[in-house]
Amino acid sequence: MSKVETTYLPRRPRSPLIWIVAGLVVLIVVNLVKNPAFLSVSLLDGHLYGTPIDIFTQGSRAMLLALGMTLVIATGGVDLSVGSVVAIAGAACAILLRDGHGLFVTIGGAMGLGLLAGSVNGMLVARLGIQPIIATLILMVAGRGIAQLIVGGQVVFIANRNFEYLANGFLFGLPVAPLLVAAFYIAVHFFLRRTASGLFIEAVGDNETASRFAGLAAARVKALVYIFCGLCAGLTGVLAAANVRAGDAYRLGENAELDAIFAVVVGGTALTGGRFSILGSFLGAVLIQTLTITMYNLGVPPAVAPVPKAILIIGVSLLQSEKFRRWAGEILRGRGRALA
Amino acid sequence: MTSNSVFTGRHLPLLATAAIFALLFGAASWCYEGFFSARVITNLFSDNAFLGIAAVGMTLVIFSGGIDLSVGAVIGFTSIFTATLVMGHRVSPGVAWMLALIIGTGFGAAMGTLIHAFQLPPFLITLAGMFLARGMGFWLNTESVAINHPVYERLSNFDLALGNNVHFSANALFLLATVAVGYAIAHHTRFGRTLFAVGGNQQSALLMGLPVGAAKITVYAVNGFTAALAGIVATFYTGSGNSSLGLGLELDAIAIVVIGGTLLSGGRGHLLGTLLGILIFGTIQAAILFDGRLSSWWMRIVVGGLILVFILLQRFIVQGAARARRL
Repeated sequence: MSKVETTYLPRRPRSPLIWIVAGLVVLIVVNLVKNPAFLSVSLLDGHLYGTPIDIFTQGSRAMLLALGMTLVIATGGVDLSVGSVVAIAGAACAILLRDGHGLFVTIGGAMGLGLLAGSVNGMLVARLGIQPIIATLILMVAGRGIAQLIVGGQVVFIANRNFEYLANGFLFGLPVAPLLVAAFYIAVHFFLRRTASGLFIEAVGDNETASRFAGLAAARVKALVYIFCGLCAGLTGVLAAANVRAGDAYRLGENAELDAIFAVVVGGTALTGGRFSILGSFLGAVLIQTLTITMYNLGVPPAVAPVPKAILIIGVSLLQSEKFRRWAGEILRGRGRALA
Repeated sequence: MTSNSVFTGRHLPLLATAAIFALLFGAASWCYEGFFSARVITNLFSDNAFLGIAAVGMTLVIFSGGIDLSVGAVIGFTSIFTATLVMGHRVSPGVAWMLALIIGTGFGAAMGTLIHAFQLPPFLITLAGMFLARGMGFWLNTESVAINHPVYERLSNFDLALGNNVHFSANALFLLATVAVGYAIAHHTRFGRTLFAVGGNQQSALLMGLPVGAAKITVYAVNGFTAALAGIVATFYTGSGNSSLGLGLELDAIAIVVIGGTLLSGGRGHLLGTLLGILIFGTIQAAILFDGRLSSWWMRIVVGGLILVFILLQRFIVQGAARARRL
């Protein structure tokens, strides 16, 4: 009868979400210590206000980007161009509104540009077989230039009350942007899990050759996730432009791709692809936003705020690494024999 | 049997890059008065010196199949670190540079150790490194710090004159020296060959008995060194230290490496290709300047387009070579 080995760190985390929730709890506690009213939410004029609401409102764009990014990463790829696509879409919104077009045309146009960008990425990766990092790098580099081309190098301001409703308005007492993003998430979740699409994406990411032999059109699946990611980026561009009330080709979507990738990885989806969790990405985005607000509340200068993000990425990567867990487990058991 | 002809698949991307550079430079000289001059050519080396130095280190990392997103942030950190030491603490520049290089190398080695020991994805770890270095730089000082020191004055006035019109600045010489050393390391040392082997197929390299772990950690350390060196050269170029320096520079460096014909997946490429990539990058910048009509953002679009062209070129060459071997 073999001895049952007890490890202090599980061989496979019961659920990667546990770590995120633990992290969120730690952050909330830190904030409560500094400011006991941190979690308070108040109702004014039928609208809900409060820091937790702010977290969701300000984090809504990152959540939307993380949604698209999750599916791309699940197929084993990555999309570095989302930040630039956000800039392109936002710039397009500003120009379309300035030229007097209606809301439908504006939002449709911006999302259409996102779809186009996604199609380009999808074609490069799936049809031409280019490595995702480099394929999306092309659009990332060129995209900023295209965005600047659209606005002619200027910052174009938006003065359209209906458009700003997307960022400042309330629906059923809750702010519009997070509601919109939540609805998107729920719709996508049902689509992925009630149809075979989620299964196809996981299969392609896990082992593309095997999935092809099993009869999947792997190239088509890959192309479609990039198109969807582009769509998410386009919609995020709309929300971002509404938020700052301008089409700023320089600042819109700055570093957005890094935060999105970060949220996805923290949420438990491995960079190598396969199993994914959009709930994890959602919580990952919430975690980043909470981290940002915590840093702000603790008086850390905003320029230094990336440092805790970096520590978090390293921590999460280590926890996700099989080798690290085995090594740490052995250390904790007092054996001291580290890596082979 | 592999042919030793220079036209086989191995050196074809390099030749293609050289051809494109010649084409670009020729076209620009045709279109713009005064483009074809010694000054423009030597400026190609000076203006992008720190980008070029960073690209040399990046090339070595990419040969081994890795990637390093932190170089821009390390450049920014090094520049503000040097400036703070020299101006704020009256440290001699030589000592400041030594410290900066040690920190850069150590930083790279730390990332390399994490990447190799725990098999973490280089993309993520160097991304974290980028955040860390950027944050550390901003923590030192968010403003730019001008450097006034006799050594710096002498360096910015330094001029190696070969003949009447050819003037090489200190920056250009640093770049050329780094490229020369990089070339020697990559193509004439065992370490360089190990990098190519690891990039080509890490499993095979391990089974062959090559010191894969040591090579990977060392190459990230070397890259940290070149990034710190680039930061120091950046202080020569701008005469100041600024933690915002190098924002987005890692992407330009990767673009230069790819344009130079090196495969991003590793195992294949040539360091002189990176030199050509630097020259092409500089030519486009100079051409846009000479034109005057095109706005600066066209630079981004053209660089993006060039990366695409080279990637497609690489794919067809690799596929063609594979098909030729099978026949």
